[in-house]
Amino acid sequence: MKKTVVVLLVTMLTIMSMVLVGCKSSAELTIPIGLNAELTGGLPIVGASCKNAALLAVKEVNDAGGLDVGGKKYQIKLFIEDNAYKSDQSVAVTQKLITQDNVVAIIGPNASAMAIPPSEIAETSKVLMISPWSTNPATTIDSKTGQPKKYVFRACFIDTFQGKLDAKFAMETLGAKRIAVMYDVADDAGVGLSKYFKETVEQMGGNIVAFETYTSGDKDFSGQLTKIKQANPDLIYLPVMYNYVPVQIKQAHALGITAKFLGSDGWASDELIKLGGKDVEGTFHTAHYAPDIATPIAQNFIKAYNTAYSSVPDDVAALTYDSFGMLFESLKTAGKVDRQAVRDALANMAHYEGVTGTLQFKEGSGDPIKSAVILETKNGKFVYYATVQP
Amino acid sequence: MYAVQQFINILQLGSIYGLIALGYTMVYGIIRLINFAHGDLFMVAAFISYILAVYLKLPFIPTLLISVVFVAMLGMSIERLAYKPLRQAPRVSVVITALGVGLFLENFVLLFYPYPQVVPTLLPTINWNLGGVTVSFLHVLIVGLALLLMLILDLIVNRTMVGMAMRAISWNKTIVPLMGVSVDKIISITFILGTGLAAIAGVMYSQAFSTIDPYMGILIGWQAFICAVIGGIGNIRGAILGAFILAAVQILVVTFLPSTYRDFITFTLLLVFLAFRPYGILGKPPIEKV
Repeated sequence: MKKTVVVLLVTMLTIMSMVLVGCKSSAELTIPIGLNAELTGGLPIVGASCKNAALLAVKEVNDAGGLDVGGKKYQIKLFIEDNAYKSDQSVAVTQKLITQDNVVAIIGPNASAMAIPPSEIAETSKVLMISPWSTNPATTIDSKTGQPKKYVFRACFIDTFQGKLDAKFAMETLGAKRIAVMYDVADDAGVGLSKYFKETVEQMGGNIVAFETYTSGDKDFSGQLTKIKQANPDLIYLPVMYNYVPVQIKQAHALGITAKFLGSDGWASDELIKLGGKDVEGTFHTAHYAPDIATPIAQNFIKAYNTAYSSVPDDVAALTYDSFGMLFESLKTAGKVDRQAVRDALANMAHYEGVTGTLQFKEGSGDPIKSAVILETKNGKFVYYATVQP
Repeated sequence: MYAVQQFINILQLGSIYGLIALGYTMVYGIIRLINFAHGDLFMVAAFISYILAVYLKLPFIPTLLISVVFVAMLGMSIERLAYKPLRQAPRVSVVITALGVGLFLENFVLLFYPYPQVVPTLLPTINWNLGGVTVSFLHVLIVGLALLLMLILDLIVNRTMVGMAMRAISWNKTIVPLMGVSVDKIISITFILGTGLAAIAGVMYSQAFSTIDPYMGILIGWQAFICAVIGGIGNIRGAILGAFILAAVQILVVTFLPSTYRDFITFTLLLVFLAFRPYGILGKPPIEKV
């Protein structure tokens, strides 16, 4: 009896594997690419923008007949996974993409807190990972050796650059002297930015009068803001995610705070204006690109995105699109669908003309050299204010 | 002035915690169930008030009333469907079910509202500036409402027949039906009152902090749980006392220490109470019935 069951099972498994293998060989040539995004959880807008831009980038290539790699046309097969804005799930889906779906490369995650843990896995598994939006330096630096990771790249500038730039902008352009900072201790991007911002302000002779923190999920900032009000700053730096900004500025205004507000690239979502309304008028923040001064490449992308989703692409969408662009470019240069070859092609890429400007990777580092822009919130819109070169 | 402003902040935060903790503690006090879905019912109320205010453009009072009635009925149905069949089951099963109900509510709302939403301000925004201290009409309303509801609830539980039945059920569930009291009916009333309070808290909270999301109930539910434990879980006055103590601790930590320590100290407080005085400040040590 037992034997029959075993025989039956083996036969079934054999048939199944034959069917599966048969399927694979009859299908057209495909390149599997993984997408790890924040589709649900605390940052759903980021996940949605990332997914939209990814689908657009893949559709453009597939509709044009596929990607030409080594003389053969390949269709791109996208595996979309949700990290639910939880770092453990982000690690789990990365492992799934690498071992189960056998992807050539992974795009994402976007938030630094989501991107740092899976970056370690990508590095040890020797799979190329490009994070569109993670600005924390730790994403591309090996925590053990302090050396740059070999397989992890990003499409955005990093926080050391952004923190310095924000500090200079606050002091030189906005003329702030007494500056307060408030950030989320559970958000790696915010922690890093506050540190570099503070260092630069102090080097430049400015005064950090308050340095306050809170934790993800908080809604009541009255304690911190009362303390900030007491310190009487003329500018408050909020390197936080867009969903916190409206609540914080509303509460600050209710307490009678009249200081200016400056934010980081975490602000770059239209939700900020939708949620914040009048309270966020006249604030400034750094961004990766400004739709109103777009280059021809950017204009094409904005147009295609607008046709597909009837909205203006935000930073995450633009950076995701650039990440895919760089990956496609590297695949073409590599001339074969191979994890190692693709990684080497990207590392040696001279420069890439993308939606968010010109990107270039320094010797051995996954951090591109690129410029940033400052946007102002004016009449319910983010408006271009200045460009800052590295 | 700085100290006075922080004191007002404590009062506001404490009142919101108090409103949620009241329902928590009441349900526990009567049927010994830690209703972990409580924070999520609070969230549902916030979303109902959002729907009423945005789509039906209702003013504040009808929004509040409809939200409260709807969520109270929801709370009662949850008790009927999810908790009642488990009344004879080990207490752990019911607690796990409550966690499951909470997850269901979060993800159900997530289906329709994956993004944070802004609740329109329905109350007049009046700010009084008293020599550097800002007090808003909303602050006063929230604090007043919390204290008033505590008084009403205290009266219901201690001075009415229903309240007497509630206390009797909490004392001995098996004997009470022999006295002609319908246990099911009394438990339903308990849930209606408890979740109704969470609903009031949800509506007031969404007015005070304006942005709402499907996960907003989790953290605040935990905070309310801590309030209830500090004050003595099951004790109505204790819940309000615990709420003000927790709010004071949280705001004072932010005032004098790096704000990073806040949650560390909050949860340490919970552990200290659970270890050394699990029945809380106003609770009575349980008597072992042999």
